[in-house]
Amino acid sequence: MEQIARAAIAILFDGVAYGMLLFIMSVGLSITMGLMGFANLAHGAFAMAGGYVLVGLMVGIGVPFIPALVMAGVIVAVISIPFERYLYRPLYQADELDHVLLSIGLVFMATAAITFVYGPSTVSITVPDYLNGQIDLGIGLFPAYRTFTIAVGAVLILALWYGFEGTIIGAKIRAAVDNRRMAQSIGINVDRLFVIAFALGSGLAALGGGLAIEIIGMEPTFALTYLVFFLIVVAVGGLGSIRGAFVAALLLGLIDTAGKYLWPDGGAFFIYAVTVAILLIKPMGLFGKA
Amino acid sequence: MTQAPALETIGLGKSFGALEVTRDVHLSLAPGARHALIGPNGAGKTTLVNLMSGALTPARGQVLLGGRDVTALSQAGRVKQGLARTYQINQLFRDLSVLENVVISVSERLGASWNLWRRASARAEVIDEAVEILGQLQLDDHILTPVRELPYGRQRLVEIAMTLAQRPSVLLLDEPAAGVPSAESHIILDVIAALPDHIAVLIIEHDMDIVFRFAEAITVLVAGGILAEGTPDEIAGDERVRAVYLGQGGDV
Amino acid sequence: MTHQADIARRYMVARENWHWGEALPWLAIVAAFFVFPDYLALGTQIIIAIIFALSLDLILGYAGIITLGHAAYFGAGAYATGMLSAHLGWSEPISALLFGGLVGGALGLVTGWILLRYHGLTLLMLTLATAILLQEGANAAEDWTGGFDGLVGISFQPLLGSFEFDLWGKTYFCYAVAVLLLCFLFARAVVHSAFGRSLAGIKGNVERMHGVGTPVHGRLVAIYTISAAMAGLAGGLFAESNAYVTLDVLSFSRSGTVLIMLVLGGTGRLYGAFVGTVAYMVLEDELAKLSPEFWEFGIGLLLVVVVLFFRRGLLGALEDARARMGGLK
Repeated sequence: MEQIARAAIAILFDGVAYGMLLFIMSVGLSITMGLMGFANLAHGAFAMAGGYVLVGLMVGIGVPFIPALVMAGVIVAVISIPFERYLYRPLYQADELDHVLLSIGLVFMATAAITFVYGPSTVSITVPDYLNGQIDLGIGLFPAYRTFTIAVGAVLILALWYGFEGTIIGAKIRAAVDNRRMAQSIGINVDRLFVIAFALGSGLAALGGGLAIEIIGMEPTFALTYLVFFLIVVAVGGLGSIRGAFVAALLLGLIDTAGKYLWPDGGAFFIYAVTVAILLIKPMGLFGKA
Repeated sequence: MTQAPALETIGLGKSFGALEVTRDVHLSLAPGARHALIGPNGAGKTTLVNLMSGALTPARGQVLLGGRDVTALSQAGRVKQGLARTYQINQLFRDLSVLENVVISVSERLGASWNLWRRASARAEVIDEAVEILGQLQLDDHILTPVRELPYGRQRLVEIAMTLAQRPSVLLLDEPAAGVPSAESHIILDVIAALPDHIAVLIIEHDMDIVFRFAEAITVLVAGGILAEGTPDEIAGDERVRAVYLGQGGDV
Repeated sequence: MTHQADIARRYMVARENWHWGEALPWLAIVAAFFVFPDYLALGTQIIIAIIFALSLDLILGYAGIITLGHAAYFGAGAYATGMLSAHLGWSEPISALLFGGLVGGALGLVTGWILLRYHGLTLLMLTLATAILLQEGANAAEDWTGGFDGLVGISFQPLLGSFEFDLWGKTYFCYAVAVLLLCFLFARAVVHSAFGRSLAGIKGNVERMHGVGTPVHGRLVAIYTISAAMAGLAGGLFAESNAYVTLDVLSFSRSGTVLIMLVLGGTGRLYGAFVGTVAYMVLEDELAKLSPEFWEFGIGLLLVVVVLFFRRGLLGALEDARARMGGLK
C-alpha cells in the first residue's frame, strides 16, 4: 500500500514538473497565436535554440547554470525580433496555410543548422550540485532539479499573471487579443505589441528549452518532436489564455507521465483521444473565448 | 380564404449576451409586396435580415415562408423554399468571372451541383439562364470580367443577380445601394424598380429617396423593436418617427 | 441563341478543354520509363507520391480545406491493403488496392463528417491530432499492424495473373502510372464539373454559398471522401510496391511532406502535384546524398522563399514569367 502511495506521489511530482516545463515552453505560443492569429509551428525551434545557447554558454565559455539560463532566454528573445519583423509580420493577413508552411520551413532550417553545428546526438550539461540528487521538502525527499523546475514555473506564472493583470502593457495585450481592431482604433500601437509579445514568448520558450535538457533531453529533432505537445497545450487551453495554457500543460504533463508508467503501449493514444474529444466539444479550448 | 403572406415573422427575438438586438418583431409581407425597413444605425436591421434568412438562429419566435414554418431550416434550406437575400457588404467570388458567379447560383437552384461527372459547361440551359439574368441587369458587357475588376456599383448588381438566379418568391435587399457612388446609384434603383411583380421585396435602405420611390409600406425599427408601420405618407407624418430621426440629426 | 450566350458557352467550354501542355507530364513519364530504366523503383515511389499529392490538391487547392493529417488516409489505405495480404493471405493486387482506397474513403467519410464542421486553427489541430491518434492506435494494435516493427508478410500474385512483379520494377511502374492516370482523369472531371465549380465557390466565399442554398458541409464531406479514397489508393500502392508497411505511413512528417510537395508545385491546378513531387523527390535524392543536413536546410529555405515570394508555386511562377514576357512583346 505504501509502495503504491509512494509511486503515486512520484508520478504526481514528475507529472507536475513536466507540466510546468510544457507550460513555460508553450505559453508564449498561446499568447502569440491569440494575439496575432499566427499558427507558429516554429515555436519549438526557439525553445530548442534556448537549449543549445545554454549548452554553448556553459560548455563553451563556462557560464554557470542559472546565469546561462537567464542569458539563453534573453539572447533568443532578442534574436527572435528580426524573425517577427521580417518573416512573420508580412504574413499576418495571410491564411493558416502560409503560417504553417513558413514556420515548418524555419523548423527544418533550425534542425539542419543545429545538427551541422552540434551533431545529431543528444547534448548534456552539468548542473550545479545543489540541483543534483534529492531535496527534503519536509514531507519527503524529492528530486532537486524537478523541484527547481516547478519553482521556476510557479514564479513565471505569478510574474505573467501580474504582468497581464497589473501592468499597462499587459492590459494592452489583453485588449488586442480580445479585439485587435478596437485596440488599434483607441491608439494602441499593435505592431510594437506584437514584437514585445513575440520576443517574450520566444524568450520564455528558450528558458523552457534550457530547463528541458535535464528532464526530456535535447537533440536537433526537439522542435518537431515536441511541436505537437505545444500545439495541444495551446489548442486545449484556448488561444491567448495563460490560465488555459497552465491547466492544459499540467493535464498533459500528468497524463503523459502517468501513461508512461501505467500503460506504456497506449498512453500516447489516450492523450490524443482526449485532445480530439476536448476540441470536438470545445473548439475554442477549455478557456478560449467563443 | 386569403392568401398566406409570402414572409411572416411572429414574435421574433434575439439577444447577444445582455443586449436584446431583436425584440418581438411581427412583420408580414404579402406576395409581391414592396416593403422597406428603415431605422437609425444600430437598430438591428441586418440582424433581423439574418434571422429571416437563417444566418442567425432566433432565441424566440417563428419565421414563416408562404405560411410554412421554416424556423428550423438552415439558410440553404430556406433558399430552396424561395427566400433569397443580398448582403450589405458584397459576398461574391471575387476571383471568378461575373458569369461564373451567376452560373454557380443557377446551377445550385437546378440541383446540378451534385453532379461530379458531367462538365459544368455541358448544361447549356444553366449558362443561358445566367446570361439572361445578367442581360436583365445590364451586365451584358461584363460577363467575362473577374468580379474584383468590376466597379463597385456593378458588383452590387451581381449581388442582386446571384439572388435572382434563385428565382425567389421573397427577396431581402440589405442596403443594395450602400457604398455606391451617387452617379451610379440610379442603375441600382432602375433594377430594383424593374424587379418582377410576383417577388415580395423587403429593402433595407438609408437613402430615403430610394425608400420613398420604391416602397408601398414602411416599417421603422428602433432598438430592435418595431416603432411604427404604415404607408410612406403615414410614416412621413408620424411624430415618433420624426423624433427618432431628428434626434439623430437626419431627415425624413 | 444570343451573341452573349454564345460567348458565355465558348468561355465555359474553353476553361475545361484539354490544353496541349497537358500532354507534357505524361510524355515525361513515358520518356522516364525508357531513359531511366535503372531508376524505376524511385519512379514508382514518385508516382505514388504524385497520387497522394493530387488527392490533397482536391481538398486544399479546390475546396480550401487545410489539413495537417492527410497521411491518416494514406496510412489507412497502406495498412488495409497490407493486412489483407499479410493476415488473410489475399494476394490479388488490384482488388487489394481497391480495398485500400475503400478503407481510406470510408475513414475520410467518417472523420470528414465530424471534422469539417470546424474551421481554422481548430480544424488544423483536429486533423493533426486525428492522424497521430491513428498512428498511436496502429502502434498499440501490434497484433494487427506489427506495431513499431512494421507489417511484414505482404506478397502479391502477378498482375492480372500474368505480369510478374519483376526485380527492376517495370511492372510496378506501369501499374502505378495506370492508377495515376485513372485518378487524374477522375480528378480532372470532378474539378470541371458543376460540383467542382461549387467547391470553388465554397473556397471563394462560404457565406455566399450558404446564401445560394448550397449544402456546404455535404459538399465538403463529399470531396474529402473522394480525396481520402485517392490517398488510400496511394497508400495501397505503397504497401504493394514495398511489401512492407511501417508506422511512418501515418506520420506527421508524411502529412507535412505531401503538403510541401503540393505547395511547391502549386495548389489548385492538378499538375502542381506532378511538378512539386518530382522537384521535391529528385532534389531530395540528389541533395541528401551530399549531406542530409544540406537537404533539410535547403527544403526549409525553399519553403520560406516559396511562401514569401512564390506563393503560387513553381507552376504559378512559370505562368507569371510567361505573362511578363508576353507583356514585353
